[in-house]
Amino acid sequence: MSYTININGQPLTADVDGTTPLLWVLRDTLDMKGTKFGCGLAMCGCCTVHIDGEARRACVTPIQAIGDRKVTTIEGVGDTDTGKKVQAAWLKLDVMQCGYCQAGQIMSATALLNAKPKPTDRDIDDAMSGNLCRCATYTRIRAAIKEAAGVPTHDTRDV
Amino acid sequence: MALQHTVDGAAASSAGEGVSRRAFLTVSAIAGGGLLLDLSLPNTADAAAVIKDVVNPTVPGSQSLNAYIQIAPDGTCTISSKNPEIGQGIKTSFAQLVAEELDVAWKDVRVSQAPVDGKKYGAQFAGGSFSIPMNYDTLRRAGAAGRQMFITAAAKSWGASPADCTAADGVVTHKSGKTLSYGQLAQKAAAVAPPDLKKVTLKDPKDFKIIGQPIGGVDSHLIVQGKPIFGIDSTVPGMKYAVYERSPVHGGKLVNGANLDAIKKMPGVVQVFEVKAPDTLVAPYDGMAMGIVDGVAIVADTWYQASKAAEVLEAQWDAGENTEVNSANFQKHAEEISKKEPTKSVLKNGDAKAALASAATVVEASYSYPFLSHQPLEPMNCTAHYQDGKVELWAPTQNPAAGVKLVSTLLGIPEDKVTVNVTRSGGGFGRRLASDFMAQAAIVSKTAGVPVKLLWTRTQDLQHDMYRPGGHHFFKAGLDKDGKLVAFTDHLVTFGRGDKFTNSGTLGPTEFPAKFVDNLEFGMSAMPISVPTGPMRAPGSNAHAFVFQSFLDEVAHAAKKDPLEFQLALLGEDRELKAPPGPFGMGAGFNTGRMKGVLRLAAEKSGWGKTTLAKRQGMGIACYYSHLGYFAQVVKCSVDDEGGVKVDKVWVAGDVGSQIVNPSGGYNQVQGASLDGISQALHSGIKIVNGRVAQTNFHDYPLLRMSEAPPIEVHFNTTNNPPTGLGEPALPPVIPALTNAIFAATGVRIRHLPIDPLKLKPAAA
Repeated sequence: MSYTININGQPLTADVDGTTPLLWVLRDTLDMKGTKFGCGLAMCGCCTVHIDGEARRACVTPIQAIGDRKVTTIEGVGDTDTGKKVQAAWLKLDVMQCGYCQAGQIMSATALLNAKPKPTDRDIDDAMSGNLCRCATYTRIRAAIKEAAGVPTHDTRDV
Repeated sequence: MALQHTVDGAAASSAGEGVSRRAFLTVSAIAGGGLLLDLSLPNTADAAAVIKDVVNPTVPGSQSLNAYIQIAPDGTCTISSKNPEIGQGIKTSFAQLVAEELDVAWKDVRVSQAPVDGKKYGAQFAGGSFSIPMNYDTLRRAGAAGRQMFITAAAKSWGASPADCTAADGVVTHKSGKTLSYGQLAQKAAAVAPPDLKKVTLKDPKDFKIIGQPIGGVDSHLIVQGKPIFGIDSTVPGMKYAVYERSPVHGGKLVNGANLDAIKKMPGVVQVFEVKAPDTLVAPYDGMAMGIVDGVAIVADTWYQASKAAEVLEAQWDAGENTEVNSANFQKHAEEISKKEPTKSVLKNGDAKAALASAATVVEASYSYPFLSHQPLEPMNCTAHYQDGKVELWAPTQNPAAGVKLVSTLLGIPEDKVTVNVTRSGGGFGRRLASDFMAQAAIVSKTAGVPVKLLWTRTQDLQHDMYRPGGHHFFKAGLDKDGKLVAFTDHLVTFGRGDKFTNSGTLGPTEFPAKFVDNLEFGMSAMPISVPTGPMRAPGSNAHAFVFQSFLDEVAHAAKKDPLEFQLALLGEDRELKAPPGPFGMGAGFNTGRMKGVLRLAAEKSGWGKTTLAKRQGMGIACYYSHLGYFAQVVKCSVDDEGGVKVDKVWVAGDVGSQIVNPSGGYNQVQGASLDGISQALHSGIKIVNGRVAQTNFHDYPLLRMSEAPPIEVHFNTTNNPPTGLGEPALPPVIPALTNAIFAATGVRIRHLPIDPLKLKPAAA
């Protein structure tokens, strides 16, 4: 069946079974490889996208469930003010090691900052704990979110 | 050939074959980093560029000076990075080493992944934290040779003496003030006879401008925009997607045929076939040499369709006695074996048995750690295109040459007919030293007659790993009346077959305190192994640090001494203990002064012995030497009334010699390795039930999450020693630092991993 969905402001059409997860439509049908496959069960957050601005796991979101809601992916998030700031903070603090999870981290961080422009450490824990980083760059992810928010980057949980 | 490329779809290769074979590679010349403080994102033209496959940004018109350096007429310098990038940051560090001595401005540097060519580059692998120690000198010399060629070319142009010319930031300047840029000199410099690398002049480190600078990762701007640079992002026109199903019990042979007809009817399925592994290529117990095992290959139009079709697979596997293996029985079995003499003696110094018999105090304890899975977040995958007796692969691998060899043997074609394009890897941790996924992709492409992208599910990644072997240690220590350690024995019961022990599961004769106790005995015995094993980040050390440093903490308490003071006293005078060189001729000996130095630094920074602690809060300290690096950690943790452990903070002290090539990447590695160790200690343990790995995904094999990641302070002692690597050595000691902190907080000694909260409830204590 043919589905036309709004991705990064563009109507894009995919002829797939309606149960196909958005992740695989993005990656293999629409050739948008930025959204990553990690677990297939919404446990690692590598595939995080925004659906109407909220962070969602594309690996468990069937294409037929999207309707006319707006999808934003890592390829498009830099066109938003918050997304651009988050990308810049990630580069400034040199967050990446392998980088595989970071598209998902950036998407979750951007959704967090859109909802809470000045997040606390607790807010960061709550919003980011669905995104695994096997290289464990958590220290820099935390600081980069604060950098993007324009708040001091030190860890307020310090003891 | 592999450096040939196309830019924006236009064929730029000069070799006819290369054009047709590689025309699908659309590569953009936008890699490169910029110093850490450069906030700018690539311009819109760059951002819009489509990148497919490996980023090899050779700029048109570039001249080659040597295997590592190409210079374009506009001065853009492309540096080839010879080793795989798996997140350790080597693509950036290697370029820094070359660029420093080349005297090129960092803004003009682009970095490409070098082709796999052992003759040109020597060993090309990511492992053992060896990249820096093996290449620090070589790459600086390659850069210095390039610089000398530019100066020679400029001097010749001017009819001047090279001695009157200097180079800086990609420009050669004559003493008269005349200048020529590297871009202007490119053609002439490439024609200069390359100097003897042994005779080139290297900079005094005090003049370094690029080495030692915190420089952002050279691919980072691509990563934040979601550009397709990982192995899983590779595409080939006409490519299909493949899933490879194996016996859930390791070593299982496919018997009686599978329901191929039913699978063939599933949506999108193009082909399905059985693959019988040649006996010679099955090496299920030695992961590094892991070949291919029997499987059913499902090839479909999309990977999602292939994975759905795999769900209806019915196949019979015969795994023989492996189906009887249960990890729940390991400890009991090991205890029985430990009562006998070890089957293999590792080291005997003095008379440990007599010394134990006459000791004032004897401490006895058994420790264990489980099998572990690597779990890089990019699942195993490989894209392969077999045609006309040749195969090209796009592989996120740590060990491409081994992949070439395995694929060549499996397909029965010469090694020069196997081309491996090394992509960026979404984590490695040792898993991608094996090439099983490359072998699968190659045989599936050959059999199916189409290019395929083969991708594993997370469950397959968990259930078909080459696991860090578990182990069970049975210790005894004897103290004299003054609390001095006078006897020490360890019987390691690990895994193997007969007298062949698992890869990375063994105990060596230099394991601390081997050379520090007069009467000491190490021995090993093996239980039968049923799963493949292989090296995992800081192999051996990631297990031994926990048991030895925890037991020594236990012994220190028995001696009624502060654990830090006990360990400093055991290390004794500052001295270098010699040892035979390790792999690749790297490393020899152990320096007690450097070990004590990091112990003292970690203690000082953490306020060891001077910190007021809350109820059920404690601090632990541990140290370890591995991968040529000296590390110590102090962990402060709190334990709640449910036995939950919260790591409050970690202080790390390291000594990796005179120079950290890239402090930004280096500190990141140290923090990540520390959290990796904490994650293992809190969460990780593979369960084997009736021969198969029981876990299926991150709900039952959890990894550390943001909310569990404590603040980490990292400090270094800079010492006058050759620079060494940072990918691994910070991991091992954090585990015992944590378990020692738990003892300090609760009085409960953690002797088995992962940490069991039930044992930490106040009532249990």
